[in-house]
Amino acid sequence: MQATTHTAPHVGDHKPHHEEPGFWSKYIFSTDHKIIGIQYGVTALAFLLFGFCLMLCMRWQIAHPNQVVPLVGPLLDKFLEDGKGGIMTANLYNSFGAMHGTIMVFLAIVPLAFAAFGNYVVPLQIGAPDMAFPRVNMASYQFYVLGGIVMFVSFFIPGGAAQAGWTSYSPLATSIATHGQAFWLIGMVCLINSSLLGAVNFIATIIQLRAPGMTWMRLPFFVWAQFVTAFLLLLAFPPLEAAGVMQLADNLLGTSFFLPTGLAVGGKLADISGGGSPLLWQHLFWFLGHPEVYVLILPGMGIVAEVIANNTRKPLWGYKSLVYSVLAIGFLSFIVWAHHMYLTGMGTKISAFFQTTTMIISIPSVIILTCLFISLWGGSIRFNTPMLFALAFLPMFGIGGLTGLPLGFAAADLHLHDTYYVIAHFHYVVAPGTIFALFAGIYYWFPKMTGRMMNEFWGKVHFWGSFIFMNVVFQPMFFQGMQGMIRRMADGGLNYTSALHPETIGGLSQTMMSLHTVILWGAVGLGLCQIPFIINVFASMKSGRKITSDNPWNATTLEWQTPTPPPHGNFEHAPTIHRDPYDYSVPGAAQDFTPQNQAKP
Amino acid sequence: MDIPYTVQTRPDTGIYNAKVGVWLFLASEVMLFGALFSSYILLRVGAATGTWPHGLLNIPIGTFNTAVLITSSVTVVLSWASLKLGNFGRYKLYQAITLLCALGFLGIKSYEYREKFSHYEVWLKTPVIVKHGTEEIKVDRLLGHIEHDGHHPFFWTTQTLTDKKVASFKLLPDPVHYTMTSKEMAHARAEAAGKPHEEIEIKSADVKRLSAFVPGHSTYFAVYFTLTALHALHVLCGAAVIFYIWGPGAKMWQTDPERYINRVEISGLFWHFVDLVWIFLFPVLYLL
Repeated sequence: MQATTHTAPHVGDHKPHHEEPGFWSKYIFSTDHKIIGIQYGVTALAFLLFGFCLMLCMRWQIAHPNQVVPLVGPLLDKFLEDGKGGIMTANLYNSFGAMHGTIMVFLAIVPLAFAAFGNYVVPLQIGAPDMAFPRVNMASYQFYVLGGIVMFVSFFIPGGAAQAGWTSYSPLATSIATHGQAFWLIGMVCLINSSLLGAVNFIATIIQLRAPGMTWMRLPFFVWAQFVTAFLLLLAFPPLEAAGVMQLADNLLGTSFFLPTGLAVGGKLADISGGGSPLLWQHLFWFLGHPEVYVLILPGMGIVAEVIANNTRKPLWGYKSLVYSVLAIGFLSFIVWAHHMYLTGMGTKISAFFQTTTMIISIPSVIILTCLFISLWGGSIRFNTPMLFALAFLPMFGIGGLTGLPLGFAAADLHLHDTYYVIAHFHYVVAPGTIFALFAGIYYWFPKMTGRMMNEFWGKVHFWGSFIFMNVVFQPMFFQGMQGMIRRMADGGLNYTSALHPETIGGLSQTMMSLHTVILWGAVGLGLCQIPFIINVFASMKSGRKITSDNPWNATTLEWQTPTPPPHGNFEHAPTIHRDPYDYSVPGAAQDFTPQNQAKP
Repeated sequence: MDIPYTVQTRPDTGIYNAKVGVWLFLASEVMLFGALFSSYILLRVGAATGTWPHGLLNIPIGTFNTAVLITSSVTVVLSWASLKLGNFGRYKLYQAITLLCALGFLGIKSYEYREKFSHYEVWLKTPVIVKHGTEEIKVDRLLGHIEHDGHHPFFWTTQTLTDKKVASFKLLPDPVHYTMTSKEMAHARAEAAGKPHEEIEIKSADVKRLSAFVPGHSTYFAVYFTLTALHALHVLCGAAVIFYIWGPGAKMWQTDPERYINRVEISGLFWHFVDLVWIFLFPVLYLL
């Protein structure tokens, strides 16, 4: 394998001249993958907080329907058309719901998990001086910001933001007579272009810019996860772009792609040609929507794998199984999408097919989780903050994944579809799952980015608080959902309670309704627990403990074999890779870790 | 700092960076157009019998445009090959032909669009009797061009009749309608050849729906315009890139010829993809 890679002509070839770029070209129009990664990270974290605040308003409305929202009530009254009097109207609730989902998925988690960590870490881990196309990389970030601005501005236009849910099902999305949906679609097209450019860049970088000796089976698992994620983004997003263009035409040009013949809006026959198919939108949406789930989780698994290997001081158990599983997930995720659509009446044969593929895809997911669990066996585990988050990821993602199985069966899904059970299921995957992995990543790579450690005590406060309150928020939703509480109700199901309507059989009980209050205060608690984190980030950046070595965690992978923070071009000398990614505790070695670029004796 | 393999190929993959990039990009483009073609199939299969329009597009012009694009594909390859042989002048010439073909294609496409925007379908509340050759038949849907105040208006809809307070208008009916079979169409066209159109006076009060051949006319035209417009956008962008490399960017031939040849190759790959999409579009939309 040496023969294949000895002719990298320019890696690490430092020019003697050092022109200091100005503020704008260094921080705003940067083409350095590390700066772009940090830009993505900061923007995505801001959107994560914003999306969380939207959810807090909604939880208040659910627990206390039509009461003035505390603290932010005056803001709603002042800035939002539907927020008059500081009360969440049904319209406002709908638009917050749609935008919470959109922002969390497309503006917070994907940019953070894929673009931010991927940009910062992947080129370092494969020993590359930068991404393959630095300017395309910058354009990717700019498209992302543009999409974010369009989405954000849509709150303040007449009629407010999109109200048809983050899934934007037609004909609802087209029959709401405001422009929020058009903004949503235009924003989505920008975001899709952004992730397309990012995905092309990631794949090309991983294929082309691996340092000499960095063979495929020596790639850290994080790189593999990002590689598969990039393929999912590359191939699954374009159909949604096509669907977005078609829905935009439905909204603005009066076409009927997704509008059936005889559609009546507000009791009046719509003046359209008809002949379209609402089911078509759902197919196109979920063709993206399901691979998107793996876009959300795979980078998280990658981060957790890195942190676990480092803090158990032993190689990952079943590295090859992990790699093949992640590839299998990549392929299978393209043929499971219609398990979101069992209740559309698409037919039992189609349901049977997608039910089967859905059960099959759970196998590689379980293999990955199992490998990570077994990796803990016999390790001398260091319980630092990143490791705590990584450890918590395992059972939390486990709960999220396993509760998905009943949803994957068409029969069980009849009862559970569109209930709070579904919300609990996918939030367990994404919130205490992916977000915990992202926190693990932030605590783990912070010293490489800044040269300082984050505070351990406040990190642990952040962890335990988040861990407890995440469960307080999402655990009750399983029970509510199984009792038949439907999602997306602006009054939290008040009109379906047996107290209000004793004549209704199977109305929601008072116990189920009172869980709303538990969830609300759980969410508030979860919010408060993020304050130590935010302060910790800024305080540690200024006055955290300085690291004395470039490799404070004693890690083996290449990103720790660079100066701190890595300069433009990353490596002082072009690295050559001699060994597997996780050579921890090698018998006979001088230390309990052997970096990948250390030559074999 | 330089990125490796921007010009030279990486030994183990045998390819340079931009080529990986463009192939990946084209893969995503396949998914983009694939989704639209799939939508076309689903909508067409789901359409009620006799409602899917056919025979409304100008096949001779479409065929000519196909030939124009295929010609440009050939010249793109020849220009790249000339450059590989070091013949810069020949490259310039071939690529100029490519650009002319691109412009020609877009011009012809615009002409076709314009033609559609003033071509109408009228759905009537009560059927009228029209002459088809020697026969007289009852129809409630008519195709044709509108004449009003001596103009052939564009983009009229049912709403326009109310807004402009049009009491009645003249329709110059087409000899054919998409509810006919292809055989009937050919027959009707032969019958009508050389004969003057018989104008029909239509009262706005009798009109159930009026639409030009715009995206809102039917899901067929919705798909037609979405696919062809997206394709035209690709032609435009591809031509812009080729023009940049051919014109203002040609200085690179002096300073970094290898990289310049790569650029021409990359833009050529994209151009072939754009042509390939049309090769699918033409039969699907015009002929089937």
